[in-house]
Amino acid sequence: MSEISSLTLYELIKNIKEKKISSNEAAKSFVDRAEKSKKINAYVTENFENCLKLSKEFDDKPNFDLKLPGIPIAVKDLFCTNEVRTTAGSNILNNFVPNYESTVTQNIWNEGGILLGKLNCDEFAMGSSNETSFFGNVQNPIAEDLVPGGSSGGSSAALAANLTPVTIGTDTGGSIRQPASFTGTVGLKPTYGSCSRYGIVAFASSLDQAGPMSKDVKDSSILLEVISSFDKKDSTSIDFKRNNYSSELTRNIKGLKIGIPKEYRVDGMPDEIEKLWKKGIEYAKDCGAEIIDISLPHTSYALPTYYIVAPAEASSNLARYDGVKYGLRSSGKNLIDMYEKTRSEGFGEEVKRRVMIGTYVLSSGYYDAYYLKAQKVRQLIKQDFDQAYNKVDAILTPSTPSSAFKIGEKSNDPVSMYLNDIFTVPVNLAGLPGISIPAGVDKNNYPLGLQIIGKPFDEQTVLNIAYSMEEKINYKNNITDWWMK
Amino acid sequence: MTIDLKTVKHISKLARISLDEKKAEKLATDMNSIFEFIEKLNELNTDNVEPLTSIAETTLRFRDDKITSENIREKILKNSPEKNDDFFVVPKVVE
Repeated sequence: MSEISSLTLYELIKNIKEKKISSNEAAKSFVDRAEKSKKINAYVTENFENCLKLSKEFDDKPNFDLKLPGIPIAVKDLFCTNEVRTTAGSNILNNFVPNYESTVTQNIWNEGGILLGKLNCDEFAMGSSNETSFFGNVQNPIAEDLVPGGSSGGSSAALAANLTPVTIGTDTGGSIRQPASFTGTVGLKPTYGSCSRYGIVAFASSLDQAGPMSKDVKDSSILLEVISSFDKKDSTSIDFKRNNYSSELTRNIKGLKIGIPKEYRVDGMPDEIEKLWKKGIEYAKDCGAEIIDISLPHTSYALPTYYIVAPAEASSNLARYDGVKYGLRSSGKNLIDMYEKTRSEGFGEEVKRRVMIGTYVLSSGYYDAYYLKAQKVRQLIKQDFDQAYNKVDAILTPSTPSSAFKIGEKSNDPVSMYLNDIFTVPVNLAGLPGISIPAGVDKNNYPLGLQIIGKPFDEQTVLNIAYSMEEKINYKNNITDWWMK
Repeated sequence: MTIDLKTVKHISKLARISLDEKKAEKLATDMNSIFEFIEKLNELNTDNVEPLTSIAETTLRFRDDKITSENIREKILKNSPEKNDDFFVVPKVVE
């Protein structure tokens, strides 16, 4: 049998249920590998000892009816975990230990999952390369000094490096799908309202969604089934009938209509992305889908809209970090001075930039010109999708306009960094489900992803198309463990 | 439109983030390049468009007015940077 850490979640569950591997053996395997993989810098907080202990307890009293029986899982450090430090990648929360648990992680522990540790991410999930984290850059296991994407960069790196069988991330403008694309892994952003936001450090509340990240599509379906739930503690949680995503997973997508939006053919898009997309269209046809050209006319307005809406919401969400009730406090000569110094020292550059933009667009005299305008354009973007879905069941696009870039390459130019999210942001603005699956490599052998966008609450169709195409694409990551040498 | 240094300093006051001169200048440059990119929205006429305020078309739910957590004072105060037994402590605000 191959090494435990390289198994998919599905295989690991099967082996544990058949008592071929114990939960403790699995935990040991991931912990050992993590100890040899410090260079990746995936972990902000390790929970290894506790994980080993809990896995033993599971083995002493196993319950194989659970969906994640004794499975060790590392999660993005944006999910509050009871009694385990939660930093959101920020200095301002460097010492924060929550006394409650996020609903999404609680759902995982309820089904037998065991916390391995908390994974690095861009500060408050604001970034596309994990370079804004207070806890340093994360290495992409694909190649040295390559970014793992962001903001769920610790999650994507841990997954690709086989440090966790699956993981969860959060996605506000592409933060699950873009890092998945950069690391040759699968990442799903569910419909807004599918996974509870309770206990997730808030970035932009009308856009944030948690979702699964995994080595293949089947694993994402298993994890989605666990984390998606109606939750009274989240006022925007939606009470809809959730599928049994993993048991309803099928490769039969014959006759499904898949739309190809012409506006995603953006200026300056590299040839290899165009080629990948064409290849994807052929694969979808091979799977029995019908391809239909569609138009999403307001696509080019999505990024400017996002860079008003997200910072505006962030600036109000981050107002709570004032040095009074928790987190970092800097000393000041009076209360206001204390606030200003705390926030200046506690927040990194990108977070300050976004809080400033958000404060500006919400400030007196500018609200109508920027924030209200952006909300109106957001309506138009949503209507584009509504109209497209009268004709098609799903939409196929590239996940990102390029492959992973080098650490430091884009960190001085915020706008060029923002352009990374050009294909993922519209999906958040419209609240839709979207998945990124690995579909090929560029000239450097860096992975490239394709995105499948679905109708609201139709994660099953998105997963089915991805599952079907994944078989035809037959992509395998080539990870050499270079960081261990 | 350009955002000048004075505006940046005003915004930093509103946002309660202290900035030195050099950082303020850098932020002015960054914000101008970001707003240049945002100005694209002005190409669109949105006079008769309803703003989209929430993607989830839900009405807020009511719950019973019942206490669900008790005796959590200690837990809540545990993360506080400065406290006495019962309160969060801040720099003196009343002379």
